Amino acid sequence: MLADQDRIFTNLYGQHDWRLRGAQARGVWDNTKAMVTLGRDRVIDLVKASDLRGRGGAGFPTGLKWSFMPKESALPHYLVVNADESEPGTCKDRDILRFDPHRLLEGMLLAGFGMGAHTGYIYIRGEFYNEASNIEQAILEAREAGLLGDKSEATNGWNFDIHLHRGAGAYICGEETALLESLEGKKGQPRLKPPFPAGSGLYGCPTTVNNVETIAVVPDILRRGVDWWTGLGPERNRGTKLFCISGHVERPCNVEEEMGIPLRELLDKHAGGVTGGWDNLLAVIPGGSSVPCITQDVCADINMDFDSLRAVKSGLGTAAVIVMDKSTDIIQAIGRLAHFYKHESCGQCTPCREGTGWMHRVLERMAKGQAAVEEIDMLLEVSYQIEGHTICALGDAAAWPVQGLIRNFRPVMEARLSGKKVDVAEAMAVAAE
Amino acid sequence: MAIQVTSRPTPQTGDFSVSETAAARVEVIMARYPEDRKASGIIPLLDIAQRENGGWLSKEAIEWVALTTESAPIRVYEVASFYSMFYTEEVGQHVVQVCRTTPCWLRGSDTLTHAAEKHLGIGLGQTTEDKMFTLIEVECLGACVNAPMVQINDNYYEDLEADAFKRILDDLAAGKQIEYGNMTGRIGSAPVGGPQALKDFDPAVNAGKPLPDYSVPAE
Repeated sequence: MLADQDRIFTNLYGQHDWRLRGAQARGVWDNTKAMVTLGRDRVIDLVKASDLRGRGGAGFPTGLKWSFMPKESALPHYLVVNADESEPGTCKDRDILRFDPHRLLEGMLLAGFGMGAHTGYIYIRGEFYNEASNIEQAILEAREAGLLGDKSEATNGWNFDIHLHRGAGAYICGEETALLESLEGKKGQPRLKPPFPAGSGLYGCPTTVNNVETIAVVPDILRRGVDWWTGLGPERNRGTKLFCISGHVERPCNVEEEMGIPLRELLDKHAGGVTGGWDNLLAVIPGGSSVPCITQDVCADINMDFDSLRAVKSGLGTAAVIVMDKSTDIIQAIGRLAHFYKHESCGQCTPCREGTGWMHRVLERMAKGQAAVEEIDMLLEVSYQIEGHTICALGDAAAWPVQGLIRNFRPVMEARLSGKKVDVAEAMAVAAE
Repeated sequence: MAIQVTSRPTPQTGDFSVSETAAARVEVIMARYPEDRKASGIIPLLDIAQRENGGWLSKEAIEWVALTTESAPIRVYEVASFYSMFYTEEVGQHVVQVCRTTPCWLRGSDTLTHAAEKHLGIGLGQTTEDKMFTLIEVECLGACVNAPMVQINDNYYEDLEADAFKRILDDLAAGKQIEYGNMTGRIGSAPVGGPQALKDFDPAVNAGKPLPDYSVPAE
């Protein structure tokens, strides 16, 4: 288990004061001026050297992303923090927003400085009303204390201000270009890339969009040292990570752990294990609803990091671990996700707009046993028609859970559709022969 | 009655206006965006207009947003119809939103929906006759480790069970001020019974340390 002194989010559960004074007592805003004094290039180089990968799901190297911002530009630069946390299973950023907002603000100052931005926006999902209120108060406190704004001695004179922007209920606004559209006051419909936001983002200006957790860990990486951070987790997957453990475990929770922690250890140590014991485990969705599920035998010795999960055709995503025990109707569980994607599709691209609804309807019928066995292959084929054929990744995200279902639980589906009952374990064994 | 879409270029706000508090709030919000990017205020202002209009957006409320943000009314209609938190038809005083997505469903969100339907005597998408409650199911609200949960107006009610849910509905109907957040006394998103991490840990031990020596440049 990760040692407590190696944890960054020491107020993850809100047991301490989230306001400026409380945050400062926990070491937030320590040495900020000295870190800014390192210089713009050095800050980016250190983040690059830390191997930090984005915590919003895609796992793109953060330092590299920052370095895409132009060095010189006549246009203003923007940093936009993606706090539109809506991936089913994921509720980690919420704890940072409500219990540790100053960690995010300090990270934004450093990131903004690194990329030459004087303005940062936090795009928070509209449903997080009380969380937005904490952030807003934290911004006012930081301005008052001279940590933000143009007269800031505490930040070596770097003029940086932060504004809050509340969304209004749309999962798609978590996609970076849809988020920018929404911030400009439009429907959240993703833009074609290129141009990428670093070239032309918010208001057509150079922009970088980062996840809340990504930005919030940056100050501590610099403060404690890149060596400390790279000493945690396997190669290419360094550091600590917030995990959200939901579904069929004894005690669901959020927890910060070392990257690469074995899934079973994560569940047993922090969440009290699978309900009814490990043998009662059916499947786990390891990284938020968009990644394919993995079965019990894979769960037994999988490590929770980007590369390990990718190797078993799933992904770390947002590290939202959704656990399903053997009482779960897996077809219905994935059917619910299909409904989610149907509801959240922005309607811009035909394969996604039509396909998500089609997949949902077929899965609903399949769950009730009212479909033909041949439709399983048809469903799989349709999922491939959606994947990779849309402007943004929502199409892929809708297709992957369905593909994971068919890949791992085809016998369950076949049994349902031929009207016979089947023991899951037995069916799996037959499939493996 | 649903709003009729119009391409009329000039906003017609009728007698819709906002309170002084709301007007002050509008100024705070509009100051966040560049002078020539007033459209950025559309979503936050729709939120204000909806609150001022009893929880839903009338045609006049939408056109007030268009006027204030110097946008064409059609652009604002478009936005109001896209986002799920905007209601273009009248809703009850309390909008009860049961999260239905898989993590909540695995922990019994259906029970909550059925309990509310029975208790309020309405189906999903309906409003009680006294205009007190509107009941809907929504997609993931991002409190999955505290499932199942519902949102009522601005607040989350987490780790919710059917009986507690019914009590909340009764208390709201009686006009009582009620506690929101965790319904079982659990600490935030920590596991029930207390966390394994950060037990008896003094968070101040990481504070006040010097920065590592960065004087040697990285290669």
